[in-house]
Amino acid sequence: MKINKFFLILTVMLSFKSLYAIEQNHEILKNEILKNIRCLICQGQSVYDSQSDFAMSMKLVIDQKITEGLSENEIYDYLKKQYGQWITYDPELNKNTYILWILPIFLFLFGGVIILIKLSIQK
Amino acid sequence: MKNKILLSLSIFFLFFCFIVLFKSLNNSNIYVPDSISEKPLINFNSQDLFSNKKISSDQIFTDSEFYILNIWASWCLPCRNEHPYLMEFNKNSSIKLIGLNYKDNPNSAKKFINEFGNPYSTNIVDLNGTISIKLGAYGVPETFLINKEKKIIKKIVGPLNKELVKEINLIIK
Repeated sequence: MKINKFFLILTVMLSFKSLYAIEQNHEILKNEILKNIRCLICQGQSVYDSQSDFAMSMKLVIDQKITEGLSENEIYDYLKKQYGQWITYDPELNKNTYILWILPIFLFLFGGVIILIKLSIQK
Repeated sequence: MKNKILLSLSIFFLFFCFIVLFKSLNNSNIYVPDSISEKPLINFNSQDLFSNKKISSDQIFTDSEFYILNIWASWCLPCRNEHPYLMEFNKNSSIKLIGLNYKDNPNSAKKFINEFGNPYSTNIVDLNGTISIKLGAYGVPETFLINKEKKIIKKIVGPLNKELVKEINLIIK
């Protein structure tokens, strides 16, 4: 009888722990998404930082979408459909953003070439 | 020889930077939302402002040639300015006006309608603003022109004015 009670308490404790873990994962994912979503009516603020009406409603929608089981990328795609590419801080690689992505690599290579030339001159 | 390569690379780099910056001078850095698009209207459920009955988008968008979905609130000052234009649209039989009352006190919203007139055939409530977000709205006031295929053919962010009313009239002619 005592063993049964022990297992019952253990099961209840474990299920609470897993529920808490699910809730925590939900919050982590939600905050991650909110930090990468631009508040479109604010000056340079993410939805996470903003308390505007737009941001408050957006937080509710994202919460709903996570509960519905949508992944992070699916939520971004959903928001891009409604508000366009501008809604996320992380820009996609496309014809409008290729300079943005390629320029740092180009600068890195350019710097490397200069260093190599300098080194060979010193030799 | 190496110095020449270094010099030509530096000139090329400066020229490249100049071209990029010069080209970007002509681009406006002010974000303009996409106002003309053919996005399908989302399905949503809400409740009627006056009867409090639950109502779905399928029950609202049924038999009209065009629909104007206007997001408004009694606390929104520009909504008062655009209200006469909505009253004008109400006279056009090919348009059905639907009001989406945004984050408002129902009593204040009813008072607003009683004071300024009711241009809407249906007035639904969006208490937490989630319907507006799902529609792709930014805030109040905002107006969507929807065709009978339930596609958003024009989105107007901000209050209506004479020019915008003319544009809408041209589309629905």
